[in-house]
Amino acid sequence: MKHDVKRDVTVTIDGKPVTVKEGATLLDACKSHGVDTPTLCWAENLTPVNACRVCVVELEGARVLAPACSRKAEAGMVVKTDSPRVRLSRKLVLELLGSSVDMSLSSAFADYSKRYAAEPARFGKKLAPSAAGVRESAHPGHHTVLDGTRAETVAQPTKVDNELFVRDYDKCMLCYKCVEACGTDAQNTFAIAVAGRGFDARIATEHEATLPDSACVFCGNCVGVCPTGALMFKVEHDLRKSGEWDEKKQTETDTICPYCGVGCVLTLRVQDNAIVRVTSPSDSTVTGGHLCVKGRFGFTFVEENRRADRGGSD
Amino acid sequence: MDLRIPKDEATDAERSAVDAATADLNVDAKARRALLLPALHALQSRVGWVSKGGLYYICSRLGVPPAEAFGVASFYALLALTERPRAFAHVCDDIACLAKGADDLCREVEARLGPAAHGHQKADAHSQKGKAKASGWARSPCLGLCERAPAALVTIAGDKPADCAFGAATAAKIEAALRGKPPAIEEAYVASEGPRRLLARIGVADPKSLASYRANGGYTALKRALELGAAGTLRAVNDSKLVGRGGAAFPTGRKWEAVAREAARPHYVVCNADESEPGTFKDRVLLEGDPFAVIESMTIAGLATGSEHGYLYLRGEYPLAQARLENAIQLARSHGMLGDNVMGKGLKFDIELRRGAGAYICGEETALFNSIEGLRGEPRNKPPYPAQFGLFGKPTAVNNVETLVAVLDIVRDGAAQYASVGTSDSPGTKLFCVSGSIVRPGVYEVPFGTELGALIKLAGGITPGRKIQTILLGGAAGSFVTPEQLDLPLSFEATRKAGATLGSGVVLVFDETAPIQEILRRIAAFFRDESCGQCVPCRVGTVRQEELLSRICGGKSTLRIELPLLKDLGAAMRDASICGLGQTASTAIESAVALGLMERKT
Ligand SMILES: Cc1cc2nc3c(=O)[nH]c(=O)nc-3n(C[C@H](O)[C@H](O)[C@H](O)COP(=O)(O)O)c2cc1C
Ligand code: SF4
Ligand code: SF4
Ligand code: SF4
Ligand code: FES
Ligand code: FES
Repeated sequence: MKHDVKRDVTVTIDGKPVTVKEGATLLDACKSHGVDTPTLCWAENLTPVNACRVCVVELEGARVLAPACSRKAEAGMVVKTDSPRVRLSRKLVLELLGSSVDMSLSSAFADYSKRYAAEPARFGKKLAPSAAGVRESAHPGHHTVLDGTRAETVAQPTKVDNELFVRDYDKCMLCYKCVEACGTDAQNTFAIAVAGRGFDARIATEHEATLPDSACVFCGNCVGVCPTGALMFKVEHDLRKSGEWDEKKQTETDTICPYCGVGCVLTLRVQDNAIVRVTSPSDSTVTGGHLCVKGRFGFTFVEENRRADRGGSD
Repeated sequence: MDLRIPKDEATDAERSAVDAATADLNVDAKARRALLLPALHALQSRVGWVSKGGLYYICSRLGVPPAEAFGVASFYALLALTERPRAFAHVCDDIACLAKGADDLCREVEARLGPAAHGHQKADAHSQKGKAKASGWARSPCLGLCERAPAALVTIAGDKPADCAFGAATAAKIEAALRGKPPAIEEAYVASEGPRRLLARIGVADPKSLASYRANGGYTALKRALELGAAGTLRAVNDSKLVGRGGAAFPTGRKWEAVAREAARPHYVVCNADESEPGTFKDRVLLEGDPFAVIESMTIAGLATGSEHGYLYLRGEYPLAQARLENAIQLARSHGMLGDNVMGKGLKFDIELRRGAGAYICGEETALFNSIEGLRGEPRNKPPYPAQFGLFGKPTAVNNVETLVAVLDIVRDGAAQYASVGTSDSPGTKLFCVSGSIVRPGVYEVPFGTELGALIKLAGGITPGRKIQTILLGGAAGSFVTPEQLDLPLSFEATRKAGATLGSGVVLVFDETAPIQEILRRIAAFFRDESCGQCVPCRVGTVRQEELLSRICGGKSTLRIELPLLKDLGAAMRDASICGLGQTASTAIESAVALGLMERKT
């Protein structure tokens, strides 16, 4: 039997040689060498889209920086992960996100911002949130020219159109993870996609159909991968709104989903004896972090679930 | 995949338009998906917008998830997803037109037609429900007619859609065109000094006639290439030191060799005719005036790279070029110059014309592939490069129109003859798009190394009574130079040394009356509007850059206060953006700052 033996590739990271298997990314190489690289749009269970650019590193001989999360290691590469250029770009990425998106629920973002001394307020006070439907009605290639004294943001009202999860695109950093999870990386449902262009680009169903009216099957895999809390269990959303969300009172337990024979690992987050969030470990060999509607929402929402199910006419 | 498609019904007109554009469905899923943009165009030009029913009809016909089709349709400026009047004017307010009174023109159009449909103004043409308007309008980025600024494009949807683009636009002309009375077709002004190669047939041969093309030297290059074979043709192109004219100046021979070498099949040739860089119109002049030359040179590229399929991606705002190319491809096919046995020599090659739909970013080569494939026009991360992973994931040679046409002389006369003019590092001739405050704006062919001042003189010099304030060299992604730099030789090496770029050949001359701050703000707005939105440095950075310039223009802040922010933004966009759009979005602005142009109050 022929074995697919991968060759070793040696690169230099911050002056030290690091050997990884062919096909490994610079992020893998950094990790194996103990260099902590910030990432926001990358996830181990999704195809890299390299869109946020917070992971950029300097490659000797290259005109521009390279995204560590997706750039494959090539023999002889000389990589700098903490040069002034790298630090400045990472800082700016964090500032640009912080000035336009509500990143308050991302602890990784807070850590990185501290590390790179990001000051999003440099771009000025934020503009008031858009009314519902305004961002959705933008025409590509056109925008209303303002006087520049307020920083434009993606702030807008939360979309609540079902009992299972909400979409608070005020917190959307456009990492594409939900689209990938809904598409070929997990669910193959394609209920959501990126629409619009430029700063008006956004995650959308066709013509802003509500989720129950769209192709969505409520697997919640998009919720599972969302790094900013833009997609959130409705229970969590409601608890946060009423001020009752309290992480100190919460516990997490792993269990096996009882609904079918596949045996998906479920991580149940519980507050006051109620399940407030269901996830699956992204390194689980069974689920890869992805679940179906029963595992994701079945525990808490058996009833709502049935009603939300479009076919159901009970 | 089971598609769930909403039930909105398409009208008969919409169905028949889509059916005609997607006649051949007996193809694999990828090829069917690639019919998405043509189908969207069909709806737009039949009924004037992409209705829900029409969109979902396309989805069911092509097997595309509705959310994805919506994501694609909402990417393009020429497609409307809410109902819009069938007769619609796109009035250019980009830099060349701005310096020629575009703002006044827009105000006059607004007085006659009401508020613009999109952006800029809060009001909306559709807001007056019930009163279906006969015509509407919106501002537009550069329409590639800068030599006749201010320019406009008028589209009229219907069973016989009629689009026309024209320069020297006035509100009266636009109104007449909206009523179906377009101005007479005007050919571009062209001139040259030294050998006339790229422009040899412009204004000489009839662009509608294959016979006229052949009578003026057409198809002698392909004949020679067939004698030389693929290897000999590659050698000639390599020896000529030809580099790309689309902006990146990559050696064409090396690109073609890399594609020829790849084992994966099929190979593709793509002609990049998306020309949308503000200030650029040279490709339009070639496409309109010498369409057969583009076909012949693509065929040579097919021979050299082992490709049987060519795609010609034309920007959606070039109706005259579209008509002439469609005619030329048809004639070439019927005369055996395209097809299974080109020139009777057993060569197989054919060309498919694809139209963009209003997105500058689709000129970036990998965004262009995605656009053809029916995906959003988002650039891909590189590597892998197009020579290995291009259109449909196959080895692809993508070239600018001017690059391809330059190959004709190289193959026919040899590399040595080609290098008889130009400099040793930039052999041959180059097209320049000279516009702005100039006596004879137009496309000029001069040998590389010609001094900037000599080119401006050839174009009749600055408008009498005016002084040069600054010159934008290379396009919105290029840089400003001063009147003290008129001795700059126009070659790749000399401009590089001067920290400038030839870019897409733009030479846009501003006199002392041009509002430079406002022009810089317009450049910033352009990049913001045209960013695909994929990566953070560009998606948000271009917004912050425009805000910053708006503050300065409006007197709310000063350059001194803003400079550190501007520099940080520029550095991050340049270093961390995925593609050339973000990487160059601050180049022109930073060059203007370095020259002290921002301080000037005009
Ligand atoms: C934002 C952007 C827009 C571009 N637009 C065009 C264009 O309209 N036409 C073109 O030929 N090249 C354009 N390019 C360059 C192409 O990516 C590519 O380099 C070129 O088509 C290769 O052809 P060449 O080697 O013959 O120049 C653009 C690049 C970027 C980054
Ligand atoms: S819940 Fe599942 S099907 Fe619905 S949008 Fe999210 S990933 Fe797609
Ligand atoms: S909703 Fe969440 S997962 Fe989706 S793009 Fe926005 S931040 Fe990413
Ligand atoms: S640099 Fe701009 S245009 Fe290019 S990929 Fe990023 S967002 Fe898109
Ligand atoms: S983590 Fe690499 S680009 Fe986002
Ligand atoms: S046509 Fe208006 S700027 Fe080019």
